[in-house]
Amino acid sequence: MKLKQLEGLLGDLQQFSNPKVELEQYPTGPHIASRMLFTAENSYGDISDKVVADFGCGCGTLSAAAALLDASYVMGFDIDPQSLETATLNAEELEVEIDFVQCDITNLELKGQIVDTAVMNPPFGTRKKGADMEFLSAAMKVASQAVYSLHKTSTREHIKRAALRDFNAKSAEVLCELQYDLPKLYKFHKRKEVDIAVDLWRFEPRQN
Amino acid sequence: MLSCNIKGVSNGFPLRIEAGKVIEKEVDFNPDFLKHMFAKIEWKALVEGARSMGYAELPEDSPDATVLDSGDETFLRKLHHALLELHLEEGALVCPETGRKFPVNKGIPNMLLHEDEV
Repeated sequence: MKLKQLEGLLGDLQQFSNPKVELEQYPTGPHIASRMLFTAENSYGDISDKVVADFGCGCGTLSAAAALLDASYVMGFDIDPQSLETATLNAEELEVEIDFVQCDITNLELKGQIVDTAVMNPPFGTRKKGADMEFLSAAMKVASQAVYSLHKTSTREHIKRAALRDFNAKSAEVLCELQYDLPKLYKFHKRKEVDIAVDLWRFEPRQN
Repeated sequence: MLSCNIKGVSNGFPLRIEAGKVIEKEVDFNPDFLKHMFAKIEWKALVEGARSMGYAELPEDSPDATVLDSGDETFLRKLHHALLELHLEEGALVCPETGRKFPVNKGIPNMLLHEDEV
C-alpha cells in the first residue's frame, strides 16, 4: 500500500467525540500515523506478518494502520470504553480485524513474548507526570522486537536515558522529528491550534 | 475472542473462559503466521479456551512441531480456527486463582481492576 493511500484511509476514521483531558486524549492525525507505521514497515519490516500491540490505542488509528499494512494480528489496549467503542466501529468500517482490550496499561501483564512490535502515541505526561514513562515501560516489557512511540522533543535526553538504563532497551533511536498539530480540543487551550515538536522513536528491547 | 484473552493475564494464568455468546468470523489462512504462533502459545491454555467456546477438535497434547511442515494442513486448519476465527462476543474471563470475573461485552474484555485490587 502506498503512503498516500494509507493516509487517506486513516483520514476517514472517527476520532474522540468527547475527549477526556485526564487521559490526555488527543487524536493521532492521519499524517503522523501513516508515516509512523509506514516507516516501521518499509525501513525495518516490523509490521507485516507480525503481532502488533497498540498501547493507549484511543480510537484505534495506529491499530488500523498496522492492520492495513498486513500485520498478522493486532491488539489495541485502552482504559476508556468509549474510545474502544469508536475504535471497534473504525475497524469494522475499514474491514480489518483488531482485538481490543479494556485495561490499565500500568498493571497489564501478558503471558509470554507474543507481541513482536508495539506502536503507541502515549500521553505526553503533561497532565499526569510520568504517564509517558509508564507507557514506555509497559511496552518494553511486552514487545520482543521493537517499540515505536511518540514523545515530546523537549524530553529527548530524558527518554533516551530512561529507555537504556531503566527499561532494558538495547537501542533507542529518534527516527525523525514531526510536527504534531493539536487542534483546540479543551477549554484550557488558549490558541486555536498549536504545533508541538515530537520525536518518532524506535526502541529495541534486549532479548530476555 | 482469540488467544489474547487466553493470554491476557492479570493475576493467574490461564484465564478461564465463560462463554455467553460466541461468534465465528472467517479469516484468511496464513500458515507462516500459525507456525510462528505455535512456538509461542501455551498449548493447554488454547485447548481449554477453545473447548469452553465449543470447539473440541484440538488434540489434548501439544503435537510435535514436525506436523507443521508435514504438508498435511489438517492440524494447521484447526489451529487457525481455534486461534483466529472463534470470538467471544459476550461472556467473561475468570481468574483461575481468585475466581474474579472480567466481563466481556461486545467482544471487548474489561480487565480493569478495582481500587482495592491494585
